[in-house]
Amino acid sequence: MRYAIPLGVFVILVALLAIGLRLDPRYVPSPLIDKPLPAFELPDLADEQTIVTAADVTGKPRLFNVWASWCVACRVEHPLLIELAKSGTTSIVGLNYKDARDDALAWLERFGDPYERSVFDQAGSLGLDLGVYGVPETFVVDTHGVIRYKQVGPITTEALDSVIMPLLERLASEK
Amino acid sequence: MIPEIGHFMLSLALAVACVQAVVPMVGAIRGYSNWIALATPTARIQFLLVLAAFITLAHAFVTNDFSVAYVAQNSNSALPIAYRLSAVWGAHEGSLLLWILILCGWTFAVTVFDKGLPPKFASLVISVLGIVSVGFLSFLLFTSNPFDRLIPALADGGDLNPLLQDPGLIIHPPMLYLGYVGSSVAFAFAIAALIQGRITAQAARWIRPWAIATWIFLTLGIALGSWWAYYELGWGGWWFWDPVENASFMPWLLGTALIHSLAVTEKRGSFKNWTVLLALATFALSLLGTFLVRSGVLTSVHAFATDPGRGIFVLALLGFVIGGSLVLYAWRGPSTFAGGSYEPISREVFLLLNSALLAVATATVLLGTLYPLALEALGLGKISVGPPYFNVVFSAVMLPLIAILGIGQFSRWKSDSPKRLIQNLAYPFSAAVAAAIVAMIMLGGQKMIAAGVGIGFAVWVISTTVFGIRERCRGRQHPWFTLFNLPRALVGQCVAHVGFACTIIGVVVTSFYSVDEHQRLAPGDSAELAGYEFHFVGLRTYSGPNYRSTEGNFELRRDGQFIATLKPEKRLYHVRNMPMTEAGISPGFTRDLYVSLGEPLDGGAWSVRMHYKPFVRWIWLGAVFMACGGFIAMFDPRLRSPAARRGEAPAKASSVDL
Repeated sequence: MRYAIPLGVFVILVALLAIGLRLDPRYVPSPLIDKPLPAFELPDLADEQTIVTAADVTGKPRLFNVWASWCVACRVEHPLLIELAKSGTTSIVGLNYKDARDDALAWLERFGDPYERSVFDQAGSLGLDLGVYGVPETFVVDTHGVIRYKQVGPITTEALDSVIMPLLERLASEK
Repeated sequence: MIPEIGHFMLSLALAVACVQAVVPMVGAIRGYSNWIALATPTARIQFLLVLAAFITLAHAFVTNDFSVAYVAQNSNSALPIAYRLSAVWGAHEGSLLLWILILCGWTFAVTVFDKGLPPKFASLVISVLGIVSVGFLSFLLFTSNPFDRLIPALADGGDLNPLLQDPGLIIHPPMLYLGYVGSSVAFAFAIAALIQGRITAQAARWIRPWAIATWIFLTLGIALGSWWAYYELGWGGWWFWDPVENASFMPWLLGTALIHSLAVTEKRGSFKNWTVLLALATFALSLLGTFLVRSGVLTSVHAFATDPGRGIFVLALLGFVIGGSLVLYAWRGPSTFAGGSYEPISREVFLLLNSALLAVATATVLLGTLYPLALEALGLGKISVGPPYFNVVFSAVMLPLIAILGIGQFSRWKSDSPKRLIQNLAYPFSAAVAAAIVAMIMLGGQKMIAAGVGIGFAVWVISTTVFGIRERCRGRQHPWFTLFNLPRALVGQCVAHVGFACTIIGVVVTSFYSVDEHQRLAPGDSAELAGYEFHFVGLRTYSGPNYRSTEGNFELRRDGQFIATLKPEKRLYHVRNMPMTEAGISPGFTRDLYVSLGEPLDGGAWSVRMHYKPFVRWIWLGAVFMACGGFIAMFDPRLRSPAARRGEAPAKASSVDL
């Protein structure tokens, strides 16, 4: 009987992987798309006295980028965000996720700060509402604060050119 | 035309692989000796066919044939020739072809060095390798053909990912693949043993050098990858617990357990079931690594090519190969594994404990890698697991492992007395404690306790090694003669363990005592870090073959004394418009000084990152020692088959075993 234990473990593993394959990590979990940003009241990263709410980050189309100083993949997409911010095509709000304030600020200083502002979500509560399960993730939010697209994992040039930029242009003209 | 020839060669190889997978297996089970005899020629022909296909693909890269889709996506006419060659395995299709080429290479090697095995057993091994090859060749041909044409051809290609345009990355993937794929030999061995229903000491002896060779390649491959990440990514880190790093680390951990467990199986005939399970699991994790990298199940900085369709194929392959072998294990295991006894205090038991700890370590890494996925698959929400989890859990497993390693290498086979162990271990133990105290005093600072303990553990490994040798030579008639004629396997073991200790020292000191600083510096400015002065002399720009670079010039001084010039770069690769960082490093035995350029700021200033990384080289130096140790042990004459040693024809000696 004990010789069958490895087989049992393996069957469970394969089942998990098979389910994992069907969940395409690069696409939005459907419940969130076309829903408004969840309500939140969280401190600003740079200034802990300031409280940011969902209303503060709506009013024009924005990118909502989840990042953390401990996240390796964030450094990969970071140059793209910097470039995007420099070009002025969109403004980016950061959601600093499960991080320490000092680490996060040092990280921004080190790699550059593309964010209009960053929301400091130390407990990960907003991240949970947003269904964040890997960092980085990026949401495209329209003028009314409705989530229109979600990118899981680092933003790639392909995703930026083929999906995100066209969507932002459409949103800008949509009003 | 030439790419079509390559494609044709691969199709032929698949046909040959099918024969190799089926005919010798049936022959071995039914006892048809002319069917068995087909194993060697089919394996060799398959190797030549795949090699020819590989060469045609390399030819397409060298001649810039952008009518081949894979070449057009991953090369460019401005790419230097060395990178055009390494671009052959720079993305999914080509690296898979390399995987198969290496598999066929290993099989070829088995056909050359199978003299110590009964022909029936050898043909089973070759046939199992053929089954694996059928799976991967189908995967390549049906989902990811590297020879697909692109009509009309592109004028120029999309260039190789700039991250991969680096000397370290030319050899890192082949090394790692040699290790990954090498585990298929031990796997085939285990399956053959299960089919035959027994493991002879002779067969166990035969497989040991293969398991060690695999482990050497994995060790070097992982070390190279870590070194590359350190100097190329510009963050000063050397290990990130990234899913793909973990995917290579898990087979290494289990492979380490396997070579130790094999030693027991061969010498004492015990732990056969455990050894076979480790061989199966090591290969399973190598396949899982391929699955994780190729399927897009986990997002990672390394996941260069992801495609769910391919993922399903690899998963099916994984399910068939590993699932099938575990069914075989459950079915045949109980009757295969008998024999071997041991006392509660003996080297066998310590080795068993440690290989179990290595398996636990593997499980924790696997858990951390798949946990986010598992929770999501079960609909329990989404979380991310970061380095904090791995660092804590992994250290918790490593400390008892190191403690047992010391006792284990000091203990005797079969049976040992606790009294003897305690008496004799008093010296190495005092040495370790003394070293820990000295290290605490010398290193100082907030983290001195943790660092001192870490160093103490490393010295424990070294001191038990040294005292173990002393113990062995003492009391002999000619102690010096004994010392210079130690068995090679023992010398290899000692070298590898000392290497392991070096790596521990490197990890401990680097983790606790690295200093880094980030400053705004303009040309002419200076900054100080850990007693060193970084003087920013100036910048220049130059054009590389396919990039433009801004190169900083930093002078490194200590107490006014000039030490080195550091030249960090910020490159922009034209075709993919990707910025890359090249760190400027002053390497040293006890410290690295590391500078890299961040972003340009106003007024000609730059954001500059400086790192002081003490003992960081020891991490890779230790890995090199470990590999050397494996290399020495691999060539222990005792591990060569009795037939080869006596230099007689193998057929006669082994026919008895049939």
